Amino acid sequence: MTATAVREAGTGRPHRPRRTGRQVRTLTRRDQLIVALMVTIPTLVVVGLVWGPAIGTILLSFTDWNGIGNVGDINFVGMENYRNVTTNYPPFQPAIEHNVIWLVVFFLGPTLLGMLLAVMLDRQLRGSRIYQSIFFMPVVLSLALVGFIWQLIYSRDQGLLNQVLGTQTDWFGDPDINLWAVLVAAGWRHTGYIMLLYLAGLKAVDPVLREAAAVDGAGEVRTFLQVVWPVMRPVNIIVIVITVIESLRAFDIAWVINKGRNGLELISTLVTQNVIGEASRVGFGSALATIMIVISTVFIAIYLIQVMREQRR
Amino acid sequence: MSPRSYGAGGVPAMAIGRRTMLKGMLGGAGALAGLPLLSACGDDSGGGGGASGTVTFGSNWSDDVPKKGIQAMMDAYGKGKVDINTVEHNSFQEQINNYLQGGPDDVFGWFAGNRMQFFAEQGLVGDISDVWSDIGGGFSDAMKQQSTGKDGKQYFVPIYYYPWAVFYRKSVWQEKGYEPPATLDDFKTLAGQMKSDGLTPLAFGDSDGWPAMGTFDYLNMRINGYDFHVQLMSGEKAWNSSEVKTVFDTWKGLLPLHQTDSLGRTWQEAAQSLLKKESAMYVIGMFAGQQFPEGAERDDLDFFPFPEVDSAVGADSVEAPIDGVMMAPRPRNEEGAKALLKYIGSAKAEDTYLKSDPNNIGAHNDADTSGYNALQKKGEELVSKAKTISQFLDRDTRPDFASTVMIPSLQEFIRNPNDIDGLTKKIEDQKKSIFGS
Repeated sequence: MTATAVREAGTGRPHRPRRTGRQVRTLTRRDQLIVALMVTIPTLVVVGLVWGPAIGTILLSFTDWNGIGNVGDINFVGMENYRNVTTNYPPFQPAIEHNVIWLVVFFLGPTLLGMLLAVMLDRQLRGSRIYQSIFFMPVVLSLALVGFIWQLIYSRDQGLLNQVLGTQTDWFGDPDINLWAVLVAAGWRHTGYIMLLYLAGLKAVDPVLREAAAVDGAGEVRTFLQVVWPVMRPVNIIVIVITVIESLRAFDIAWVINKGRNGLELISTLVTQNVIGEASRVGFGSALATIMIVISTVFIAIYLIQVMREQRR
Repeated sequence: MSPRSYGAGGVPAMAIGRRTMLKGMLGGAGALAGLPLLSACGDDSGGGGGASGTVTFGSNWSDDVPKKGIQAMMDAYGKGKVDINTVEHNSFQEQINNYLQGGPDDVFGWFAGNRMQFFAEQGLVGDISDVWSDIGGGFSDAMKQQSTGKDGKQYFVPIYYYPWAVFYRKSVWQEKGYEPPATLDDFKTLAGQMKSDGLTPLAFGDSDGWPAMGTFDYLNMRINGYDFHVQLMSGEKAWNSSEVKTVFDTWKGLLPLHQTDSLGRTWQEAAQSLLKKESAMYVIGMFAGQQFPEGAERDDLDFFPFPEVDSAVGADSVEAPIDGVMMAPRPRNEEGAKALLKYIGSAKAEDTYLKSDPNNIGAHNDADTSGYNALQKKGEELVSKAKTISQFLDRDTRPDFASTVMIPSLQEFIRNPNDIDGLTKKIEDQKKSIFGS
């Protein structure tokens, strides 16, 4: 929609080429002020809240700062933190592995499931609203509540799951199992999120396309794969990006369960363990955060290239 | 510029919100960096202040029972108004760094030992040596030592302590005819007996990471002595030394006696298994009583000191963490704060607190013991007979080392107790990188 709007504005311009120059000059004081504010405030917010901290983090990652004292007292230690992270920090490697597992599982599980649910719900089932609410519920629930719900289900001694199955599985304590248990919990939330996004996308698909496909004799599956899917391309990209972001910043449920230790190491929990709290290894934690920034940047770059190519077309 | 155009602007605003959240998290470290600058201003402006007036008190006693105790203690203070700001216990700990740098309350709750000295060394805590010259007579040397910073000045006023020991239910032991063991060999024999009686010898839950430290500390102090504990905690001794390996090796022999799957269990859940008579013993602090309903069941709780391992070392070291209060480096109302500290360091104030929270023991020499229950009396006796008192692994060593190295390492050991050489080497390598900086 924005693309068409831009094009219209573009085509509109040639009709009044002389006016544009004068218009800028005839802006009232008030308008100038408003324009200035509208440019300055978002810029300050973005620089102050996004770029400032990000660059600060990168700089701090080369120091041994412990979060106490003046900025002037900070010692630069070069690559020391990075060397320690990679060679002298046992939780680091599992954390990377867990983030990758998280990403793969999210793609193969909740994301596909969420899309499937969206396609099903798009077919005007009876009670479709109720299903939507049920699947979307986990996204709305607060983190503390979600943690509590899964604690009740997974607790080894008092949990629902072990009672029903009659087993003694240590769902949260066994490092070979707990990541999968948490992925189920996190996937439960993610499915609803993707479902809603995709459903919104499907609703926007022009019904004429489907009708045309049906007239041409295409079945349901073929219509979806060859007509709807290509039209949904922008939504698909958003879904992919959101899944990647959610996997990289996966944090909350693992943190609620055991502060991201013992099989639940994630880069984000390691950053938090080191930076927040009494520990305050700010330099070391910043090195971990910087590694995370670098990984995210790769995905963000891919996304931006994709979007720009789209716009050029 | 019609108002409607703000509606269209709302969408990108939300998109920024999402990204800010992500990057805000990534840049968490950077965001923290800004805080000290702000706090520096706060500290300077808070220099002055009248002699009389309100004293602010930052309390981390947020659970119901201790909260009432603190309230009662402050209500009984006759000399001025105390403004209590209670913060959830764990959040208070997690935010302590920013709290101390961002203009803390005049007086605030904290822990004794290295955990106090660490912040005193950074100049984030006020020197209260003059308060101690008034109240010092009421405390034992051990208490004073735990309140003293590395520079020889006092920074801390103790309120109470709670010993760690091996807890059990009297009724279960009477029924089965168990006797408290004095040595580790007796302990193992008894545990074997318990197993054949269908009980789990030792309740154990280490989901939070710190409860296992109690067992490590006791084994270390029984095998290598208190001095070694202190040197190990201060970074002087190596973690891959034969002494530490012996500790882990002994512990490995005891692990089959512990409740299995302990890494998914909280200490509270482990205490429940003792309450439900599924486990026979539990190495934990006196606060375990909080998990026992008041009345017959709490009265059924008893303990014996952690058994002796080496007769040459003995069993006269007790792990008894002390909780108390400290003063801000530049309190808004210094005179009032010091008067309040003198009051808190009195037997009367501690008695008032303990009346509400009888799961601890008063730190003051003259604390009224007549109101103590059997467990408190026994705890007091245990500590007063002790030659040396340790705090706890995470209070005796650097906080960054305890939380980022020791918790994962001890959990790793519990998961796989067979690679002691590899584990201790990894701990030592990380210790060097943290203590060296």
